[in-house]
Amino acid sequence: MSISSARLVDLYRQMLRIRRLQERIESEYHLDEMKTPVHLCIGQEAVAVGVCAALRSDDYIMSNHRGHGHYLAKGGDLPSLVAELFCRSTGCSQGRGGSMHLVDTRVGHLGSSSIVGGGIPLGTGLGLACRMQGLDRVSAIFFGDGAADEGVLYESLNLAMLKKLPVIYVLENNQYSVCSPVGARHSGGSVFHGVEPDRLLSAKVDGNQVEEVLAAAERAVARARAGEGPSFIECLTYRMRGHAGAGSDAHLGYRPEGEIACWEQRDPVTGLAERLLTAGHLDHAALAAMDQAIAEELDQAFIFAKASPLPGAEELGLHLFSE
Amino acid sequence: MPWTKIKAEVNEPDYGHAGEGEGRRLDYAAAIHEALDQALSLDPRVFVMGQGVDDPAGMFGSTRDLHLKHGRERVFDTPLAETALTGVAAGAAMGGLRPVYFHNRPDFLFLAMDQLVNHAAKWSYMFAGAVKVPLVLWACIGRGWGSAAQHSQALQGLFFHVPGLKLVMPSTAFDAKGLLMAAIAEDNPVLIIEHRMNFRQKGLVPERAYTVPLGKGALRRAGTDVTIVGVSQMATEAYLAAEELAGLGIQAEVLDPRSLRPLDEDLILSSLAKTGRLVVADSAWKTGGVSAEIAALAAEKGLDLLKAPVRRVCCPDLPTPAGYTLEQAYYPGAAQIVATVRELLRP
Ligand SMILES: Cc1ncc(C[n+]2csc(CCOP(=O)(O)OP(=O)(O)O)c2C)c(N)n1
Ligand SMILES: [Mg+2]
Repeated sequence: MSISSARLVDLYRQMLRIRRLQERIESEYHLDEMKTPVHLCIGQEAVAVGVCAALRSDDYIMSNHRGHGHYLAKGGDLPSLVAELFCRSTGCSQGRGGSMHLVDTRVGHLGSSSIVGGGIPLGTGLGLACRMQGLDRVSAIFFGDGAADEGVLYESLNLAMLKKLPVIYVLENNQYSVCSPVGARHSGGSVFHGVEPDRLLSAKVDGNQVEEVLAAAERAVARARAGEGPSFIECLTYRMRGHAGAGSDAHLGYRPEGEIACWEQRDPVTGLAERLLTAGHLDHAALAAMDQAIAEELDQAFIFAKASPLPGAEELGLHLFSE
Repeated sequence: MPWTKIKAEVNEPDYGHAGEGEGRRLDYAAAIHEALDQALSLDPRVFVMGQGVDDPAGMFGSTRDLHLKHGRERVFDTPLAETALTGVAAGAAMGGLRPVYFHNRPDFLFLAMDQLVNHAAKWSYMFAGAVKVPLVLWACIGRGWGSAAQHSQALQGLFFHVPGLKLVMPSTAFDAKGLLMAAIAEDNPVLIIEHRMNFRQKGLVPERAYTVPLGKGALRRAGTDVTIVGVSQMATEAYLAAEELAGLGIQAEVLDPRSLRPLDEDLILSSLAKTGRLVVADSAWKTGGVSAEIAALAAEKGLDLLKAPVRRVCCPDLPTPAGYTLEQAYYPGAAQIVATVRELLRP
């Protein structure tokens, strides 16, 4: 694994930026101005950043309800995301999507479904479109362990293997669907790890180590671009906050005692910061400056969002059909 | 208000349940909970399944802790696999059990369509009644807080279209309990579509186990000038509208069909015979939906009773927007019903 120090620092900056945005949302959520059900990705930043770092701007991603990280990692516009959280006309979906329905077509983000698993066939279709148009683009699909319960994953993977589609299935196994642990829903590990490698390249990585995610994603992307077929990358990670909304949900009692604390030790963002410091790629002053720059960028995005107009009733009927 | 924070904080309108005054005042969710608890106790064939039925939220409180009392064998969480599990539930029903399969939202029923519509709803007919499918599906329409296009769909119109599927939409705690108990006792597939706004209410509910028969609507308010049929949560809105209209000298009769299939046609037609005017209020899209079917009933069987064209109060034919300013423009309520009735009665 030879990632240049500059690249690693950039991955860190991206992860920190996603983290700080989630925290900013959390700190303001109680003000009741973001009237949208947010699903924060604190603890899962390395998955989005590691995968997207292996992609080109013209590659596609398909995101889901927990999609802030995917969107930013793919290069989505920050002020438009924040404005969407405030349901403004300047939001990426002009206030009609909310937190779960982000889009930025400039960077290959064609939208996200809040129907669990809904994006899996769509992302597979994007791969088909790349293949049929002779493009060397790939399609990466982010989905959770809950989505991995759905039959569409099997159906989509089968087609992708059959046609050797340039699709990367990224299972973000954060170990829960709402309060339901993965062990209550799966009889064992994913069946897709057992498929012969020439049909499906499968990998299981530590989803909290961005280097590992990136390495697996790079292999998958190279395979996809070479026309060799799809990959399935399971990233083991952990959702540090409640399923939806702001703050911890430890009081609900569905997580085993000590589990959150244990995963705090494996925090993808602070863990990488420590590795960068130890390796001498960054010092404390540089870290602080990075944080400061992100804070200013977030300030600007929130100011922009709050100053933006709310969509009026006259906009209600727009865009039902594409004109 | 965030989804999770909807609390039962208002009493439902006092409809003066004839002879039902014995009840205690219960949260809407508690009424459903009591129905399940009693059904599980009374009938060993009954079981409850669904995503999160055993979690701390317990389906808005409707299933909370039932697994502790009745055991995890009979009250269990499921994988996110609505397509297969609808068929699994239907198969278990064919095999002699009485599953109650909870879905958080009707939106997720789209995944269940094949097993529900192509299979469960047709099994009795295709095999000349040889096999029964006593299956209950339950889902709750979301609204507000940016629920948006995929978490707020009111899909009664689609399911109303399906022969072989009974369709229930309560609006009071009393009915939520009684209709659920009736649905569980029913030998055919029944879909209960709840509305999240109903869960803000408390109503009078008897402690005993009782059923409200499917196919019997309720007269919520008597009137002479116009009939308002309100579906589910719109029945409550219709009642509030009628109270306001009374202040303007207009006496509206308010009907709550409670179940759509079977539909209490007699209740609607006999009311029309009295008032000659019909407004149908539904929480769903207008085109091809429940309001259209009820309007068609008036046209087919009650044309000579009508003094004016039928009017409908529905959501516009659009996906639900997330933004709250757009939501305000999207959802109709009592105010729209009042305006529609006034327009209808304008000389
Ligand atoms: C088809 C469908 N079923 C159920 C839901 C309700 N729901 C929304 S998010 C969620 C959890 C999904 O878990 P997972 O896929 O692991 O993603 P995570 O939330 O953990 O990121 C559920 C059950 C839904 N939106 N769509
Ligand atoms: Mg998960």
